[in-house]
Amino acid sequence: MSSGTDHHHETDPRSPEVRTEALEDLLVEKGIIDRTRVEALIERFENDLGPMVGARLVAKAWLSPEFRRRLLDDADEVLAAEDIEGAEIEHIEIKANEPGVHNVVVCTLCSCYPWALLGLPPNWYKSPEYRARVVREPRKVLEEMGLSLDTDAEVRVWDSSSETRFLVLPEQPEGTDHLDLEELASLVSRDSMIGVAKAQKP
Amino acid sequence: MTEVEILDGSITAPPRLNGELVFEAPWQSRTFGVTADLVESGCFSWADFRIRLIAAIGAWESTDEADRPTWDYYACWTKALEQILNDLALLDEVELDVRAIAYAERPHGHDH
Repeated sequence: MSSGTDHHHETDPRSPEVRTEALEDLLVEKGIIDRTRVEALIERFENDLGPMVGARLVAKAWLSPEFRRRLLDDADEVLAAEDIEGAEIEHIEIKANEPGVHNVVVCTLCSCYPWALLGLPPNWYKSPEYRARVVREPRKVLEEMGLSLDTDAEVRVWDSSSETRFLVLPEQPEGTDHLDLEELASLVSRDSMIGVAKAQKP
Repeated sequence: MTEVEILDGSITAPPRLNGELVFEAPWQSRTFGVTADLVESGCFSWADFRIRLIAAIGAWESTDEADRPTWDYYACWTKALEQILNDLALLDEVELDVRAIAYAERPHGHDH
């Protein structure tokens, strides 16, 4: 029996809740999966992976022009050197925002996302609305999400795939030159690395 | 800001700042965890799974609004998982149907 702790009763055999429970139990009985490993994996994805990993990379790039150059040049090499690894970061490209250029990331077909740098994607990233609309009318979607861009700024939309994942390097907020790595990293939100927000001001 | 506070603003903590729950129900984390374990143990790759996920999402998107359930990403995920398990002969569809029907018929309070 599933070790799920949900006490809601779902009685439709076609519901994903019932099918998931049945599927998990059958795979356990066949010895194909191991419940302890499944739980450890869920915990790892919930707790160990998250935007703090990407935020540190961004803060480092702000602090060091040399690190920034390497990151934009060959992110894979930098991630290997930093000991960051994960199933979903086969190939990462970092796109830097600069005056007049704003980058935003989407996966139009499903939900490809740099898990090892940002954790699992938020619900809105996976929604049909965001996936369809940010390509068609990025400026309007960003506006609705609270990010107004200059009218003459160019918006570049990057469509993720199983081969390439993207991370946005947001611009460093003004007046933060005196901050250290941890302080800078705390200004870098997940949304700013997807490109739907700016880095916060301290 | 401490590491804990940074984590608090992340995706897994209760919604605050720009954080939001990734899994809205326990079954969503289970379907994800089962898939991750199957990938870790080499049953299939994330790329193989992604093909089925795209198909499942595409099927939902191309169904008339009146005929489809409300959008649920992890429902599509579970469909993709069922599909790949069936394709690889790891889990027979009929066997899964039989078990799901049995679980759905459990009297309340006897399903744990």
